[in-house]
Amino acid sequence: MSGESTYNPTNGFARWMDARLPIMRLVHDNITDYPTPKNINYWWTFGGILTFCLVTQIVTGIILAMHYTPHVDHAFNSVEHIMRNVNYGWLIRYIHSNGASMFFLAVYIHIFRGMYYGSYKAPREVLWILGVIIYLLMMAAAFMGYVLPWGQMSLWGATVITNLFGAVPVVGENVAIWLWGGFSVDNPTLNRFFSLHYLLPFLIFGVVILHIWALHVPGNNNPIGISVKSEQDTVPFHPYITVKDAFSLSIFLILFSYFIFFAPNVLGHADNYIPANPLVTPAHIVPEWYLLPFYAILRAVPDKLGGVVLMFGAIFVLFLLPWLDTSKVRSARYRPLFRQFFALFIIDCLLLGYLGAMPAEGIYVVLARVGTVYYFAHFLIILPVLGIVEKPKEVPESISAPVLGGSAQAAE
Amino acid sequence: MIGRTPTLLAACLLLAGLSAPSTANAAGEAKNPHAIDWSFGGPFGTYDRSALRRGFQVYKEVCASCHGLNQIAFRNLAQPGGPEFSEAEVKAIAAEYEVTDGPDDYGDMFERPALPRDRFVEPYPNENAARAANGGAYPPDLSLITKARSGGPDYIHALLTGYEDAPEGVELRAGLYYNPYMPGGKIAMPAPLLEELVEYGDGTPATVEQMSLDVTHFLNWTAEPELEARKKTGTMVLIYLTIFAGLLYFSMRRIWADQH
Amino acid sequence: MTDEQQPVSEEPTRRDFLFLATGAFAAVGAANVVWPLIDQMNPDASVKALASIEVDLGAIETGQSVTVTWRGKPVFIRRRTQGEIAEARDVAFDALPDPQGDEARVTKDEWLIMVGICTHLGCVPLGQAGDFNGWFCPCHGSHYDTSGRIRKGPAPKNLEIPPYEFVGDTRIKIG
Repeated sequence: MSGESTYNPTNGFARWMDARLPIMRLVHDNITDYPTPKNINYWWTFGGILTFCLVTQIVTGIILAMHYTPHVDHAFNSVEHIMRNVNYGWLIRYIHSNGASMFFLAVYIHIFRGMYYGSYKAPREVLWILGVIIYLLMMAAAFMGYVLPWGQMSLWGATVITNLFGAVPVVGENVAIWLWGGFSVDNPTLNRFFSLHYLLPFLIFGVVILHIWALHVPGNNNPIGISVKSEQDTVPFHPYITVKDAFSLSIFLILFSYFIFFAPNVLGHADNYIPANPLVTPAHIVPEWYLLPFYAILRAVPDKLGGVVLMFGAIFVLFLLPWLDTSKVRSARYRPLFRQFFALFIIDCLLLGYLGAMPAEGIYVVLARVGTVYYFAHFLIILPVLGIVEKPKEVPESISAPVLGGSAQAAE
Repeated sequence: MIGRTPTLLAACLLLAGLSAPSTANAAGEAKNPHAIDWSFGGPFGTYDRSALRRGFQVYKEVCASCHGLNQIAFRNLAQPGGPEFSEAEVKAIAAEYEVTDGPDDYGDMFERPALPRDRFVEPYPNENAARAANGGAYPPDLSLITKARSGGPDYIHALLTGYEDAPEGVELRAGLYYNPYMPGGKIAMPAPLLEELVEYGDGTPATVEQMSLDVTHFLNWTAEPELEARKKTGTMVLIYLTIFAGLLYFSMRRIWADQH
Repeated sequence: MTDEQQPVSEEPTRRDFLFLATGAFAAVGAANVVWPLIDQMNPDASVKALASIEVDLGAIETGQSVTVTWRGKPVFIRRRTQGEIAEARDVAFDALPDPQGDEARVTKDEWLIMVGICTHLGCVPLGQAGDFNGWFCPCHGSHYDTSGRIRKGPAPKNLEIPPYEFVGDTRIKIG
């Protein structure tokens, strides 16, 4: 909560610095002594995990950029050079490629946590919106990053997605040409994607700062969705939450390490180990798994422009969530009907993800259309209606109040 | 959270049911390769040096006439985790090949014997020449082939040994052969391996099955030369993280003790 | 990362073994993570493969010089005449800004092998030029003798002798 600062500089230098650039005060108020609801559970550790993922991607990315050549004639070979010649190059590359997947896994868990516990509701609407912006920037960065190894999927995935801009009426073709820097995805495209891929993570970092700032104004939400009433409801972030975040991160790292060391290519596509060839189209063009649900929505619509509109609409609707959900109750813990629909929503997202990987034929198309309609129905129909018709369970008075399932679950 | 678990379970079962058999391509419904118990498979896998050397011999004597290996330099044959030829053996292997170098002081390109630092010599000067020499089909470079194909080494081995007569109703134009593992069933490469096509120095009988296993083994190394170091490091990392997670868990319990 | 710190509810001077172990483990882990991030900037395998080159000296005649590239730098290989060798031997040490005997600079008297980079500011000296019948650097006027030693001019040191060995009568391996 943004309240009084509790920082007390203990020595001369600390006082001197505090009067000139209060960085220690900032750290103290926002990390060390930051009052955090004591009942937050493990779903709340993913913010810290995401910060770790961002730093990991930036560090490994900068190192890869020391050895990578962003030219169509050299890109693929420079990546193999990293894998074979650069000291620990294979490790840094696999950390970066699998790190992208882990980053999205964490962000989806983080987003679903927010949706379940009503963390997007007032007064955290801007926090939520900043989060969606981060998500959008992540998708752009990941899309461009995937083009850089210049394999078959790099080239053809880029071709499919950049061609979409051509669907925009009147200006579409010029926009596509402008994006490409030519008449198809080629060297100018690769070069600019490299520049932007390097840039975007730092924009993400900036928005993350805003995101944390916007969080610290009202303070964290918690599993029961009831605001903090007193100091008793909170613990200082350090050491209580730092150690919990560290523990959760170590488990996350076990999964991450499994992929890096034992299955480094299972989340990718074999075709990207074939050098890009503009004359040969792969049998099935698919993006990386974390973009599949949107790919499914894109292909569900028979009209090209319609598909583009709905695909972007699927993300845009997230911005509206704080106003679409009319329930006065924050946490799904006390919203039994919402929980059922939330489960259905998750299933829908998983289904769309699966369908994004299937060929756009037959039953897959039918199901993709059903899934797309349901996706929008969840936000535009179900959520607004639920808030009105649902009978929520009784909400506890406070975090510390001894209620069944209240403080007993504090450390979960 | 409790209410979500059964429905999530149902979701996963639904998806599992809908899933087509893992590696098949929808176009052509290629036959699934059978799983081989490679020595380099699993979390503790390592390469079999003799298999790598035999496989190298098969590549050199059979495949290299059409397929390049452009990511591999001769010196890689000596590095740890691979066939581990000696420095002298690698020099000798390299010297068997001629590479173009230059320009010399007169501005001309010249041929010289390859050195360990040179890469394997390409069979054709460029893709067009390769296609022209192979009826329009391009024999792909094999450096990354086990990573560039769904099914990996299992697929490569199945393909090399899986040639059959075309079934009823399948027409093959001249220059195509039938292989059920190839997506679409038709492949421009004739069966490359025949009994005793090479003579192994270590006396191993050169059956088609053996040569295919060996060359696939070798090609897995060309695609993943870091495999042994990667898995070994992975084991240590996982052990470390497990212990560290344990330490963090108990630290967390200790710190939170005053909150319960 | 957990840093070593004092448990909130205990006396500030007591170090809990658990926290110590956790902190130590974290430090070891961090070091193991940081090392590859630093080592990746060291020369990679393809650069190290070029770290040594072998040169065949058979085609070089007496009085002839050849320049090869080693680790991105020019290396002068000169098959010296008897006259040049004698000249190199017949120099008093106090005439040398960087005193060094000719015998210390060659393995076989005939073959002078040196890195062709002026020790002043890095230009490539011209061969068989200058006041001492050796090399002359046109950038700032350093003169080197028939042993590649600095005699006159701003260069502080003799031309560097790279590590090399004969791997045959007429074959050397540099580096």
